[in-house]
Amino acid sequence: MEQKIAAVSLKNITKTFGPVVANEKVNLDIYKGEILALLGENGSGKTTLMNMLSGIYFPDEGQIFIDGKEAVIKSPKDAFDLGIGMVHQHFKLIDVLTATENIVLGMEGKLNLKDAAVKIQQICEKYGFEVDPNQKIYDMSVSQKQTVEIVKVLFRGANILILDEPTAVLTPQETEKLFSVLRKMREDGKAIVIITHKMHEVESLSDRVAVLRRGCYIGDMMTKDTNAAEMTNMMVGRQVSLNIVRPMPINPKPRIKVDGLTVRSEDGIVKLNDVSFTANSGEILGIAGISGCGQKELLEAIAGLQPAEAGSITYINEDGESEELLGKDPRKIADLGVALSFVPEDRLGMGLVGNMDLTNNMLLRSFRKGRSVFTDRKAPRQLAEKVVEELDVVTPGISTPVRRLSGGNVQKILVGREIASAPTVLLTAYAVRGLDINSSYTIYDLINKQKMKGVAVIFVGEDLDVLLEISDRILVLCGGSVSGIVDGRKTTKAEVGSMMTLIGGDKNNEEK
Amino acid sequence: MIDLVAFIPRAVVQGIPLLFGSTGETLTEKSGNLNLGIPGVMYVGAISGVIGSFFYEQSVAKGGTMNGFLAVMIPLLCSLLGSLLMGLLYCFLTVSLRANQNVTGLAMTTFGIGFGNFFGGSLIKLSKSDVPSIALSATSNYFSKSLPFAGDFGWFGKIFLSYGFLAYVGIIIALIASFVLNHTRVGLHLRAVGEGPNTADAAGINVIRYKYVATCVGCMIAGLGGLYYVMDYACGVWSNDAFGDRGWLAIALVIFTIWRPNVGVFSSILFGGLYILYLYIPSGMDHMEFKELYKMIPYIVTLVVLVITSMRSKRESQPPASLGLSYFREER
Repeated sequence: MEQKIAAVSLKNITKTFGPVVANEKVNLDIYKGEILALLGENGSGKTTLMNMLSGIYFPDEGQIFIDGKEAVIKSPKDAFDLGIGMVHQHFKLIDVLTATENIVLGMEGKLNLKDAAVKIQQICEKYGFEVDPNQKIYDMSVSQKQTVEIVKVLFRGANILILDEPTAVLTPQETEKLFSVLRKMREDGKAIVIITHKMHEVESLSDRVAVLRRGCYIGDMMTKDTNAAEMTNMMVGRQVSLNIVRPMPINPKPRIKVDGLTVRSEDGIVKLNDVSFTANSGEILGIAGISGCGQKELLEAIAGLQPAEAGSITYINEDGESEELLGKDPRKIADLGVALSFVPEDRLGMGLVGNMDLTNNMLLRSFRKGRSVFTDRKAPRQLAEKVVEELDVVTPGISTPVRRLSGGNVQKILVGREIASAPTVLLTAYAVRGLDINSSYTIYDLINKQKMKGVAVIFVGEDLDVLLEISDRILVLCGGSVSGIVDGRKTTKAEVGSMMTLIGGDKNNEEK
Repeated sequence: MIDLVAFIPRAVVQGIPLLFGSTGETLTEKSGNLNLGIPGVMYVGAISGVIGSFFYEQSVAKGGTMNGFLAVMIPLLCSLLGSLLMGLLYCFLTVSLRANQNVTGLAMTTFGIGFGNFFGGSLIKLSKSDVPSIALSATSNYFSKSLPFAGDFGWFGKIFLSYGFLAYVGIIIALIASFVLNHTRVGLHLRAVGEGPNTADAAGINVIRYKYVATCVGCMIAGLGGLYYVMDYACGVWSNDAFGDRGWLAIALVIFTIWRPNVGVFSSILFGGLYILYLYIPSGMDHMEFKELYKMIPYIVTLVVLVITSMRSKRESQPPASLGLSYFREER
């Protein structure tokens, strides 16, 4: 390795939460003028490790050296003083305050928002950010919020920047913009650590990768000397195949027909505007769009959870008989075989009850079926056992509250339960949100199996690469309207990306 | 019709204890602590002042003259100390031990009122008084002393200058609190703690310290409301349970003012007015039940405000986002 200065070195760091060992004897060096990608499966302790650098957690054992000197980071304030800044996965911003107020939060001295705003403008110009210092956070888009987070860190003069899954919520364009900013910072001599699950980002951005597995440090390597398969193998600890299979649809027949669907939110904002499409059996229909473009409303309208203002949703069964879904009770729709698995940002918000155990969460789907006054607990218990076994759910047992499981395992349970109900239509949104690469592929596999069974799958995803790989057709939403429907085998990332931001895309000739 | 020059000063003296209470509670709530113990704190603030001044008056009665400065400072400091201890107790339970805030608050209200009544009863025994109350009129004279020239200004003097010093202190504290919240770094940090303690913590703000300080200062301010009630409004007469439901009204007032102490100055007086409005509305002797209905007005107004603020759903008029939740940094 060339002559480089270690900005941070971690020596033998160990951290436990009760009986759970999150990090065990981790040794890691972070260099100036370098972007380090920190890789690992869900629950491998990446975030915990970085939280110890930023002062949220305190290590049980081990030492931290900053610029060669030993440092004790007891609180986030200590971290700031040492020039360490972290952009957390869940933004640490106060909604009702303005960008400036959030940025100066926690700093000392007399409050002077005007001067701070000027300094913020200077930082923005230097790196090419766009921030309105007086805008309230709740008025901002996700990418704007993230920009505020990064400016906040820079404002304090951080030299060591940690980003925890910064691209999970960004569109490809926004991601590219963020990466160019990060490259500028690298040229500035800052040390940057990025946590991400997306391999192509690792390859395009980072100089070096470090891998954690089950809390232990496995090793590091220069990005240019490695590839996605090798990195994944290191993360998982065994050979993993990284190909999403896309079999040709077998005998596709229209299953769900949406016609002129218009949905308004409670505050009267139009969420879906005149949306029409057909989902076929045995086919995966991908839905692309910037988050909040009506994906959630669309799925909810189909599942009967969202009243529509106009339009129709028709369900066509195996024998060609059609039935109108709009205005139907969600339960009746579910009985027709429409299964919804929506994974919200907080993962537990919809579909699972955090404080209930696995069996009871399975019961939520089936409790109405029993004939006696007592619920039938046997079938759900068997189902829970089956899901745990087939999907490799890491859990102490089926009587563990779902809340205690890691995000990936929670998602496996949710998707597993929905699939177990033998649906004819599977609606899934953000099924792999925040999942590591290995668990993601398990889920893709499950979805593909459903497709082969002739289920009509509607797949809402945020990772365009995956969407392009798995979908037979892609419906692109832009601000609640259909921007176009493209063939998943023929389209490109750039085309879909531009359609996401502009109806019909740049060329404007693909208007339906 | 209602005689405004007579009505407004009555409304103001009714409103001041509420103003103290709501300013204190607003500061507390801004730190994310929902202190439902405010009625108890105000009660303790009052009885502590009474205890202080009772013993001072007793010692003076044995010989010597009353010193005006001491007559004010002793009850004042006793009251602050009493409510500070209540604040520390609340913080220790909810912040350090992370007990449920609602339960703790309600327990403190019950405790505070019991505490007040116990010592109030003991003092009444000690003073060997014939009536079930203690009169501290000498001390009260110092507290309710208004500006000597107030009478020279006619109606203006009556409405604006006829109050004891604590009333003005209450208004000044409310205005200072408002300024601190909106224009200083401490205020910004305090609001951040109430809105998102993990965000504040990640920004390097000492969440625990802010919660402790805001809650204790809030309790001390609220305690002064109790002191004002006994020493000025009630002319130094303590009788058990006379304080009534003013503490709850103060909490209602926090919602009414949408967490803004400066608005509290006017709305506390409005509440004070509504509180005694029934005395001024002629209802006749044969319809006493109407009086009871009029007494409900402040609560109904609070309900209406709650409905309106939640309907408008403006983000700024919502309670602090983490109100009522305890914070633990390493929670996963």
